[in-house]
Amino acid sequence: MNDQPNSDHWLVRPESIKRLWQVFIAVLALTVLAQAAIKVKGYFGVDGWFGFGAAFGFLSCLIMVLVAKGLGYILKRDEEYYRGRVADD
Amino acid sequence: MIEFLPPAYIMIAAAILIGLTRGWLRTAIVLVAPLLTLVDIWFIPDGVVTTISFIGYEIEPLEGSPVRRLFATIFALMAFGGGLYAFRQAHWYELAAAYAYAAGAVGVSFAGDLITFFLYWEFMALFSTIVVWCGGTPGSRAAGIRYAIMHLLGGIILMVGIEGVAITTGSVDVRPMLANDFVTWLVLIGLLLNAAAPPVSAWLTDAYPEASPTGSVFLSAFTTKTAVLALILLFPGEPVLVWVGLYMVMYGIIYALLENDARRILAYSIVNQVGFMVCAIGIGTQMALNGAAAHAFAHIIYKALLFMSAGAVVYRTGKSKCTDLGGLFRTMPITTICGIIGALAISGFPLTSGFTTKTMISQAAADESLVVVYFLLAAASAGVFLHAGIKFPWFVFFQKDSGLRPKDAPWNMSAAMVMFSLLCLLIGIFPQLLYTYLPYPVEYQAYKIGKVLFYLQLLLFSGLAFFLLLPLMRRTLTISLDTDWIWRVALNRLADAGYGALSALGGTLDRNVRQGLAATYSLAQRHFGSPLQGDRETPGVFAQTWSIGVTALWIVVLLSGYLLTYFL
Repeated sequence: MNDQPNSDHWLVRPESIKRLWQVFIAVLALTVLAQAAIKVKGYFGVDGWFGFGAAFGFLSCLIMVLVAKGLGYILKRDEEYYRGRVADD
Repeated sequence: MIEFLPPAYIMIAAAILIGLTRGWLRTAIVLVAPLLTLVDIWFIPDGVVTTISFIGYEIEPLEGSPVRRLFATIFALMAFGGGLYAFRQAHWYELAAAYAYAAGAVGVSFAGDLITFFLYWEFMALFSTIVVWCGGTPGSRAAGIRYAIMHLLGGIILMVGIEGVAITTGSVDVRPMLANDFVTWLVLIGLLLNAAAPPVSAWLTDAYPEASPTGSVFLSAFTTKTAVLALILLFPGEPVLVWVGLYMVMYGIIYALLENDARRILAYSIVNQVGFMVCAIGIGTQMALNGAAAHAFAHIIYKALLFMSAGAVVYRTGKSKCTDLGGLFRTMPITTICGIIGALAISGFPLTSGFTTKTMISQAAADESLVVVYFLLAAASAGVFLHAGIKFPWFVFFQKDSGLRPKDAPWNMSAAMVMFSLLCLLIGIFPQLLYTYLPYPVEYQAYKIGKVLFYLQLLLFSGLAFFLLLPLMRRTLTISLDTDWIWRVALNRLADAGYGALSALGGTLDRNVRQGLAATYSLAQRHFGSPLQGDRETPGVFAQTWSIGVTALWIVVLLSGYLLTYFL
């Protein structure tokens, strides 16, 4: 947006990235701690536990990334894989 | 009853006129026709409007109901947004095809009988193929052919199913059924094929990213969502849909995580999002069907918005791979912001349309005490944020500095993106605007503070997971094999192998036959036919001069043989 010729955009400077991480972690902590004041009325009991949403979200993503990574070893092919085949020429 | 002008006709007329006009007149048609269609849609009353008798069946080309009107409305809105986005950049024939395609979607929405339904359904298949071809590259040509084959195949399955239903029930009415016999299964399979359900989800992710930047915006909206509407009308509460939907949800996430092409990431997330709707239709309660309809409405807007944002990038840079992109936020702020709004909406972030619609589906699962379904949907919501909510904007607009400094999107593209972004926020902040028009009365409170907190935790910690796991998600110059490998490679190889084996067999046979014939001929020649020559004392049997008596005897034998066979 307002790029100066010599310095890159403020968003990509190391100090702002560090600041963004700090803010992000603070927000994360806040969403969990807020559960002390705000009751999360779960549907099945377990989803009302303290920090359940946070742990469930994180773990789900971890599992999905690992599954994807594992499947990637089987499924990934070079970009040119289909090129030059009958239907693609 | 006043005879109604079917709204689809307005779009078809527009598609024809787009080809016949030039300049500002064409622009006016592109922008005004969807709005006229919209007005017409809202004049259609509930119930069957028009009835025609055709080969003994009651044809109802126009039947109104809240859910039909809701879908037709979003299709018309989509045509307007897509037209605005595309009219200065797309070829006229792409616009015309896209409008005909939209006409098909609107037509399906109001089809009261299965025959009309099928005609508009195939109309869509036809013109969406042309939109794919408008990509203009060899890749899009080949993908378009695969796309067409898949949809024609699905069309045949659907048609056989419809004919079966017509025969077994004696009626072609569009009304709820269950997949409990062969013909209803065929109908269900035909519909699910268009919803990009397994095992053929690959047609979608194969074809859509090959279309032009403007074409993929249109493609993202109509085919899968008309299938969702059709499932709502024909198979509400069909139990198998719950699991089909959940499979689609997970499939979309995993493949999107592996993908490098930005538009293909979005294509996988269509399958993912439609999975939510299919699952909801399988649950089948009023809350679930409301959720499916609302989610389809919201989804068309934010998915088109995401494709618009990706399309603007492709239009400006000519690139769509994550490995080639990055850092575009510097020079494309509007595209970036609109893309982020779309990404937040698809993730169901509070204050966006995804939150107010997707949580209805979760609520429906919870109401029915479907524990596994509920938690899988929650995990999937986290996964959506992972693969579309952060991954798409991160790799396209931030990530590294690719050195690209393209201009921001042209004004009309920006205008369309801003309009759809505002709609995402509007439905997110004032969900009642949408809830009023859902098929069943809504007694659902989207914003309860506990629920908002739960989803904030879920989504923000997914975000944390994304950034912590980034090293595991390094983009590679790869594609991922899908079931389409079966028909693109395996069947090809099988055909090649079969052809090779057959031609080898044919060659051997041919050679042997020739040799056999030659050998027989020379044998016969030597023993029977050869005239008196060389050292032989008598000529061959057939070369001898025979006496009259022997000849007469043979004639008698032959004639009596003939006589016998004649009387037998």
